[in-house]
Amino acid sequence: MRHKLLFATALISGISAIAQTVPEMPFDSADTLKFPANIHLGEAAGVATNSKGDVFVYTRTGHPTISIGTARPFAHGGSRLLQFDKTGKFVREIGQDSYGFLVAQQVRIDPQDNIWVVDQMSSMVIKFDPNGQIQLLLGRKSESERLPTAAPGRGAGAAEGPPGGRGGRGGLPGAGAPQDVFQRPTDVAWDAAGNIYVADGFGNSRIAKFDKTGKFVKSWGSRGSENGQFNIAHGIVVDAQGNVYVADSGNKRIQVFDRDGTFKTQFLNVGSPAAICITPGAHQYLYSSNSNPPEDIDANGEIYKMELDGRIVGKFGKAGKLPKEFGSVNAIDCRSENDLYVGELGNWRVQKLTLHPK
Amino acid sequence: MKACLTIVSVTLLLAAPVFAQATKAKAQNVPEIPYESVPNFLKLPPGLYLGESMGVATNSKGHIFVFTRSANTRLFEFDQNGKYVRELGEGNYGFEFAHSVRVDPSDNIWAVDEGTNMVIKFNPEGRIVMVLGHRPDAVAGAVAQSPPPNVPAEKYILGRPTDVAWDAQGNIFVSDGYINHRVVKYDKNGRFLKQIGSEKPGSEPNQFNTPHGIAVDAQGNVYVADRANHRMQVFDNNLGPKAIYDNIGDSWTVCISPGPHQYLFTSNSNPNGNAPGSWDITGEIYKMELDGTILGRFGHASKEFGGFQVVHMMDCRNPNEIIVAEIESWRVQKLLLKPQAAKVSSAK
Repeated sequence: MRHKLLFATALISGISAIAQTVPEMPFDSADTLKFPANIHLGEAAGVATNSKGDVFVYTRTGHPTISIGTARPFAHGGSRLLQFDKTGKFVREIGQDSYGFLVAQQVRIDPQDNIWVVDQMSSMVIKFDPNGQIQLLLGRKSESERLPTAAPGRGAGAAEGPPGGRGGRGGLPGAGAPQDVFQRPTDVAWDAAGNIYVADGFGNSRIAKFDKTGKFVKSWGSRGSENGQFNIAHGIVVDAQGNVYVADSGNKRIQVFDRDGTFKTQFLNVGSPAAICITPGAHQYLYSSNSNPPEDIDANGEIYKMELDGRIVGKFGKAGKLPKEFGSVNAIDCRSENDLYVGELGNWRVQKLTLHPK
Repeated sequence: MKACLTIVSVTLLLAAPVFAQATKAKAQNVPEIPYESVPNFLKLPPGLYLGESMGVATNSKGHIFVFTRSANTRLFEFDQNGKYVRELGEGNYGFEFAHSVRVDPSDNIWAVDEGTNMVIKFNPEGRIVMVLGHRPDAVAGAVAQSPPPNVPAEKYILGRPTDVAWDAQGNIFVSDGYINHRVVKYDKNGRFLKQIGSEKPGSEPNQFNTPHGIAVDAQGNVYVADRANHRMQVFDNNLGPKAIYDNIGDSWTVCISPGPHQYLFTSNSNPNGNAPGSWDITGEIYKMELDGTILGRFGHASKEFGGFQVVHMMDCRNPNEIIVAEIESWRVQKLLLKPQAAKVSSAK
């Protein structure tokens, strides 16, 4: 056991050292998506491709609006899901006027080309089939939003009850409730059997697992920095063997679990992972973005390519506003190992990257 | 006052999805009525989506009206085959947070909105012909949820109303609702006649805790889904007490079929949030005689097609073709019942 621990420590420190001399990967960038004149991309929170190469972008196009003159404050709108073909031509919008589209967080495409949207404010995961019809919902949007104070003369200062539909009562901080009630979820992934894994997220600090019918199976994690704890579980992917990789961005690591949530290992050498992606195929790679914070383009921003055991293959890019620079990358699509799409919060754009491995 | 506040807090908890309780029905050995759900029943045009499906009702032609929470609350009409016909009341002043839609015997369409506190009557052409309630004034600005205690219920102000029904004379009965806990009777011209219950929740007979659905039979008796009291209360036409059915779990919504032999349907819907174990004891709909005799049950909680995700409303114009609207699956299903094949399952 002691030997094993020592070995693990050596391995981790070894990886950290290697991170200092990571080879730079040459790449090009292209702006391929062509927007109709009346649609403007906002923060490009999510980008993903399907098996035909169509590109889906889940974007924050406007802030949710709160209505007044109502029994409670209700939130409406704010995000849109757009589809482009592989040449970048606009195909259609999906989920128009959706109840669950408030603050875009992520979009992912499963192996059957279903489109999964994660919304950070409605705290919902919404599955569309390839035709754009809703097939499954996880979580529930809060019926109304909290406002800080009541209007004068109406019992100002009286607290509203707990906001509806949010978990986390009892148990460890961030552990959430054992059900499909999320608190600002961030990402979704599946294993080969179709089980669903939701990273939950900003509010909670847990991973929630559901079977393919959407029935809750289990959840793991709480807020903290120990193994199996999270400080903003910001992204999640599952490899072909069912191992679960969680971008634990606040703890500056990627944690790896088996499909039941048992901690296996962690990668500490990739900065603060905000977006994570795993390639399909026989030899799978991870991509992970050490995204810059939106308020600072003078730090970080690079994306790492890794083996599944955590060894770094190379890195590319840095924070900035020019082409080939990144502004708070929130999503990476890596269906093709050397042709990536990255969605940026800071630059309101999607770049198509072509890597040129030596 | 303190006790009152406590009760109100409890009510808030019950109303909040995550804390909603699941109540197992006391009724035992109820025959299971087999059914199938019609695939692809409602056909929405491209770009049109249902959000939370709160209300569903049919008119005399079999057209289906769905009141849904999309980004904005909207009311859609489909024909009897599920083909999309039109949108009603688009952008009107009273649509904010859908709760119920019902169609009266003259095919007027009544929408109940718990966001604007309005009951809105559309004629069959889709024009607004009468409204009940008053939308809170926007000049008050963005107001947080009204703090307890509730103001005494007023005759013409509704507090998050939930449902509407009529008797043969056209008198209007409103279940009101999440803030008030009462049933109000208006005449056919919308003039206040009477109420039972008050702004305060309670669990005694003639009190309510979230009266969530309402229906009236051909004799004018009034059936109220008294959801958080885990029961249905029955009143005569003057809102005098008649009966309480408390063996059917949480009565979320009620429906009474027309015709000489009327049936009563009530849903013990699985609560929002899908708490552990809740699917095992909730999710079923009961078919009953008006006197409370349970004839059978059908359905179960599940996210899959054919299962239910928080049934919020039913249409039972044909007692063997039940149309259900579900909150958490954003869908409407048409169920074909086979009551002649009902069996008592040994597992239940």
